[in-house]
Amino acid sequence: MHLNAFLLLAAFLFCTGVYGALARKNAVLVLMSIELILNAVNVNLVAFGAFQRSIVGHIFALFVVAIAAAEVGVGLAIVLLIYRNRHSIDLTEVDLMKG
Amino acid sequence: MSLLLAAAAGFKTPYFDYHALAPELVLTGVICLVLVVDLVVDETRKYLVTQLAGVGLLASLIPILTLAAKGGFPRSMFGGAYVVDHFALLLKGLFIVSGYIVLLMSSNYIEEGDYHEGEFSFLLLSSLLGMVVMSSSRDLIGIFVALELLSIPAYLLAGWRKRDLRSNEASLKYYLLGVLTSGVMLYGMSLIYGVTGSTLLRAIRPVISGGGGEQPIVAVGIFFVVVAFAFKVSAVPFHFWAPDTYEGAPTPVTAFLSVASKTAGFVALMELIYIGFLGRDDVWAPMFWVLAALTMTVGNLIALRQTNIVRLLAYSSIAQAGYILVPFAVAGSNGRALQSAQTATIVYLMIYAAMNLGAFGVVIAVARKTRSGEISSYGGLGEYAPGLAWTMTGFLFALAGIPPLGGWFAKFYVFRAALDAGGGWAVALAVVAGLNSVIALFYYANIAREMWMSPVPDGDTTPVIVPPALTAAMAISLAVVVAIGVYPQAFARLGDLASLVR
Repeated sequence: MHLNAFLLLAAFLFCTGVYGALARKNAVLVLMSIELILNAVNVNLVAFGAFQRSIVGHIFALFVVAIAAAEVGVGLAIVLLIYRNRHSIDLTEVDLMKG
Repeated sequence: MSLLLAAAAGFKTPYFDYHALAPELVLTGVICLVLVVDLVVDETRKYLVTQLAGVGLLASLIPILTLAAKGGFPRSMFGGAYVVDHFALLLKGLFIVSGYIVLLMSSNYIEEGDYHEGEFSFLLLSSLLGMVVMSSSRDLIGIFVALELLSIPAYLLAGWRKRDLRSNEASLKYYLLGVLTSGVMLYGMSLIYGVTGSTLLRAIRPVISGGGGEQPIVAVGIFFVVVAFAFKVSAVPFHFWAPDTYEGAPTPVTAFLSVASKTAGFVALMELIYIGFLGRDDVWAPMFWVLAALTMTVGNLIALRQTNIVRLLAYSSIAQAGYILVPFAVAGSNGRALQSAQTATIVYLMIYAAMNLGAFGVVIAVARKTRSGEISSYGGLGEYAPGLAWTMTGFLFALAGIPPLGGWFAKFYVFRAALDAGGGWAVALAVVAGLNSVIALFYYANIAREMWMSPVPDGDTTPVIVPPALTAAMAISLAVVVAIGVYPQAFARLGDLASLVR
């Protein structure tokens, strides 16, 4: 296997994630897109770690996995709060403040 | 798996310098204590939790002072991933003192607003722990973990007014942008790790300065990391979340985000740029030039037409971030500029913290009476609350950079860094900064004019009742702003001493 195959996969995942985070209107889908970005990072880290025979990349990936879980926990709580108060999780409707 | 097992066989317990880690350990202990005490005290005595948090914060200052007295820097741990030096100590002190001021400002606000009080202190302290860890991290993993530890509680704090739709919106916008930014930053870090084979900043530095740094992928990695931190410090064009989040969040939290959280972003940038990426200033210097010029100009121009004081201070803090970015843009040109750029950034961060926290303190105090954030509600403040009006005038003129208050000195150092660098681009940036200081004077002076010249809007001249904690918060800030203005040499020496690289 070439390293490039992994890097291309990660770049594709990253771009899909960024597109989803910017274009989606549903808050939960945006959260999923952000997870895609973090997984792209993990693919990169593990691939680099494996090809360089260094453990640091794997450890970094473990940190990313753990913290991503904490992030999504907080994110879902915030989305749930918005749903309770507005009965909708459409991000285009969350625009009380402008200017 | 085989790699993991191979590494496990050679595992040695790392060296712990408990004295150097003491501020973090004390803070962690206090966080656990606050969480447990909050569970056992009953609803009417929650103020005890806040008081405990305040005492705990002051207690974590003690090891910082003993470390400063003992010396022996740099104290390096975990192969250089965690370093306690003058830079780390000074910024830890700055974070803890600003955290203490925010706690003083928020105690009455949270108590009277019928919000969860114990969890508020807990999250505030957790976020502060992240900032304290950030000032010592010299490793990509450490910086990432510290950044998340300081950000995740802040997302929750921004939405603390649970039933208020604006606060919900503030929290959601801050969260989505923050997490997206972390993803972008991590992608950049993964590329840099891929090229250099290490996450230690001091191991990344020689590879990036040498042949390995020529690869385009390094430029992409640095680009992503700088863009991510531009979001964190709300630099234009990545600032759009900041005014909404600052307006919707509870005002003490806004003060915390605009001071401590922003400072943490700059601390991380200093570590990454000055230690890790110093060799590739051809990549980051132009980025910082554009960011600084845009941030100052756009922040100030939009601030001119704000009618809400919190929103105005939000744009003002965006513009201030622009001044702090100026030294980054010029640091790469020569050794002397590198030195004075670091001093300028550190000095500016200290002064900015004091004057911005103070201004938010006055906003909280006035809103207790007027229940409004409109600038027109400040009419006649000089008549019925001259103390508050004088204090606010002081902070506003400090932010505008008028001598003898602290702000002029911060700006002077920024200009000095630009002139030390020399060359057309650095001088041009200094000129942009100079023009912006003049623009900024308009909107700061406008608030002062409203306070001293305009009539009271509804004829209600009952005095503003300021609780003692809030008074203390404003008094500390004002004392620092005046002290820096009168004895600038002392703070300049601190800034020189705390330089990361020489």
